[in-house]
Amino acid sequence: MKLKNAEELRKLRESIKKESSKGKKLITVCSGTGCRAYGCEDLISAFKQEVEKSGLKNEVEVKATGCPGFCERGNIVVIYPEGIFYQRVKKSHVPDILKKTVVGKQLIDELLFLDEETGKKVTYEKDVPFYKKQMRLLLGANALIDPTKIEDYIALGGYSALGKVLSGMKPDEVIAEVKAAGLRGRGGAGFPTGMKWEITRKAKGDQKFVVVNADEGDPGAFMDRSLLEGNPHSILEGLMIGAYAIGASRGFVYVRNEYPLAVQNVIIATEEARKHGLLGKNILGSDFSFDIDIVRGAGAFVCGEETALMASIEGRRGVPRQRPPFPSDSGILGKPTNINNVETWANVPLIIEKGSGWYSKIGTKGSKGTKIFSLVGKINNTGLVEVPMGVTLSDIVFGIGGGIPKGKELKAIQIGGPSGGCIPKSQANVPIDYDELKKLGGMMGSGGLVVMDEDTCMVDVAKYFLEFLLEESCGKCTTCRDGIERMLEIVTRITEGKGTMEDIDTLNELAEVVRDASMCGLGQTSPNPVLSTLRYFKDEYMAHIKDKKCPGKVCKALITYTILDDKCTGCGACKQRCPQGAISGDKKKPHKIDPKKCIRCDVCYTTCKFHAIKKE
Amino acid sequence: MIKFTIDGLEVQAEEGTTILDTCRFYGIDIPTLCHDEGLTAYGGCRLCVVEIGEGPSAKLVTSCTYPATEGLKVRTHSRRVVKARRVVIELMLARCSSSKTIQDLASKYDVHKVRFKLKNENCILCGLCVRICEEQMMAGAIGFVDRGKGMKISTPFDIKSDVCRTCGACMYICPACNARCQGPNEGSATCGSCVTMTPTCLDHYDDAQCFMSETSCGTCVREDPKKKV
Repeated sequence: MKLKNAEELRKLRESIKKESSKGKKLITVCSGTGCRAYGCEDLISAFKQEVEKSGLKNEVEVKATGCPGFCERGNIVVIYPEGIFYQRVKKSHVPDILKKTVVGKQLIDELLFLDEETGKKVTYEKDVPFYKKQMRLLLGANALIDPTKIEDYIALGGYSALGKVLSGMKPDEVIAEVKAAGLRGRGGAGFPTGMKWEITRKAKGDQKFVVVNADEGDPGAFMDRSLLEGNPHSILEGLMIGAYAIGASRGFVYVRNEYPLAVQNVIIATEEARKHGLLGKNILGSDFSFDIDIVRGAGAFVCGEETALMASIEGRRGVPRQRPPFPSDSGILGKPTNINNVETWANVPLIIEKGSGWYSKIGTKGSKGTKIFSLVGKINNTGLVEVPMGVTLSDIVFGIGGGIPKGKELKAIQIGGPSGGCIPKSQANVPIDYDELKKLGGMMGSGGLVVMDEDTCMVDVAKYFLEFLLEESCGKCTTCRDGIERMLEIVTRITEGKGTMEDIDTLNELAEVVRDASMCGLGQTSPNPVLSTLRYFKDEYMAHIKDKKCPGKVCKALITYTILDDKCTGCGACKQRCPQGAISGDKKKPHKIDPKKCIRCDVCYTTCKFHAIKKE
Repeated sequence: MIKFTIDGLEVQAEEGTTILDTCRFYGIDIPTLCHDEGLTAYGGCRLCVVEIGEGPSAKLVTSCTYPATEGLKVRTHSRRVVKARRVVIELMLARCSSSKTIQDLASKYDVHKVRFKLKNENCILCGLCVRICEEQMMAGAIGFVDRGKGMKISTPFDIKSDVCRTCGACMYICPACNARCQGPNEGSATCGSCVTMTPTCLDHYDDAQCFMSETSCGTCVREDPKKKV
């Protein structure tokens, strides 16, 4: 059915709402990529079969939703209207959930979430501490809608912002609203979105393009992925509003092919939108015509860079080019082009719907709204968190993330992906804010947040990111291609215990030039992992160079394993598992490790139950 | 005409020209390796960087790509610029230590020491050969393969190219191979000016693995390889 105007959209929404409020019970199951790994597809079909079998088809609906973010506790099942929250659900629980909870209104204790802080079980989704401390403006809808059904999105008020824009706002008014909201680019650099739109609007050109940059590639980041998978229409709606404001007639979603579910859902979403007349000619009866193409990237990290992304869309090698000219003047096929990140676009309908006044109240002076982070690493609650700007890093790690597992100490927080930096524990009370993070040598980035505990070697971390960047550098600039390789060469030397004090100076000099003289964002920010670790963890570099020790006990060349005679019971477990046959000893007598044979694989250390293996 | 300053000197440039064009016109020396007047600017070697802007917004840009802009203040040999160029030269020297062009640059910029492991490669990946093949010879026979550390210049699938006319333009334009000749027959060199005729894509001269070798390119192969067997 093609919607002819905003009024028809409103009527459609009313009718969907009426339909869904007929007193049916609703079981939602997360079907994001994380939960797919837990086997949610089987779980969903088991629920559907069980509902069918027990004759509850008219009373219970099963819905596969987007990712609510609490990946640590998947599979996640929520039962509405009560909002009962079950975590770590397995297929075997399905009959019980239906029989006891849905029909019998009893709770299943083992599936409820245990709040470690209070020691009490939590029944309702809204009371789960992980969610309670967040502000889920963008992610909230993920858990409520089936991403493949446009009706679900419309029922939640979807496309009403588009309707509002098309039926009564001038393009300049839309830009003014986005400007007043203070929205800044969520891709990392934080360029004011409204200003970017205005520049592209004013640029001369008969055709203009808008692009969703969904080439998310930071190690450990999956924010954009979950938004595209869980709520693709919110991004499309943002894109349409942007296109109207800028005067673009064509849009692209550039999404990496490694995100099969995101690709699938966004393709379905465009088809659905087209069917409803929300894409195509004269959208909602206005003069505005717009359509979207999905372009799949081959997974090059550098294609997240604007100019490389445009080259890739044009079908060329994904290599950045020198700016100027900027994309706003000469982008895809030489036409003015506006590129924004997934999360930036998703914020737009919200701003239009609720107003810039409401939006600009959230956050800090320079950074408005919320930001989604993917919280990974040494953290209890792995998952996606959405917080208002201004919340501190330690609030995220300890408040929402539930702290570090096994009672270990926090050492550093890596923020902003390979281009970001490592913020030490002493600075963890820094508020989430574009400018504050930059001051500390970090970067907001697209939202990767890797938590590191005391067992992490910061030199090794720098090495890891350099390896990643060397692989992902496009290879065009001497400074980036060869510079990263040489930085890696030096850092590797240090981790092998062969570093000298001059290496630190060389590293500093090289890092500065790579930052200064590289062409694109990837090259310019590539020394950040080195510079930020050198800034806050210089003592660790020194320990590697001077004392030939690795304080985090990670660098294999610098650690030795010995068995403590007084703790070893002679059980032989380590001896049995040592792949090198480096451990010898008689039964029930203390064993010994031959350091010459030992390859420091850590197997003995993790095997020993008596803490008899010493690593130093 | 666009008016701006280079190293304090007031200069004029035509619309559509770059900082590098202007510098060359006024006789200001800017080193380049990936630039050629007849080809599109690439901005890859980073040798031609100059400093523009003032205070905290001062930055390095490649002069070969940056358009001459009204009121621009360009510094071609500031401390920052020279530091960057020296590191770039050192990186190149570590990569292709036997290239005479790079050695000359190093001596000009007082780079006497290489702090990195020498790699002894032939190619600095300036892309001149790729561009001349595509833009001037209209062949597009060679291109970049892979990215990052693994990037190299080759034909599609590393096999003999059907579109290559063995014109030798790629060898003629290669800036890194100057005076590195390993060819047995210097007289038949296509470019005729230098002694090196090793195309950057040719890994081992002795095995004649060059994609050109099956035809009579004649620059690096003494005998017809078919006869060799």
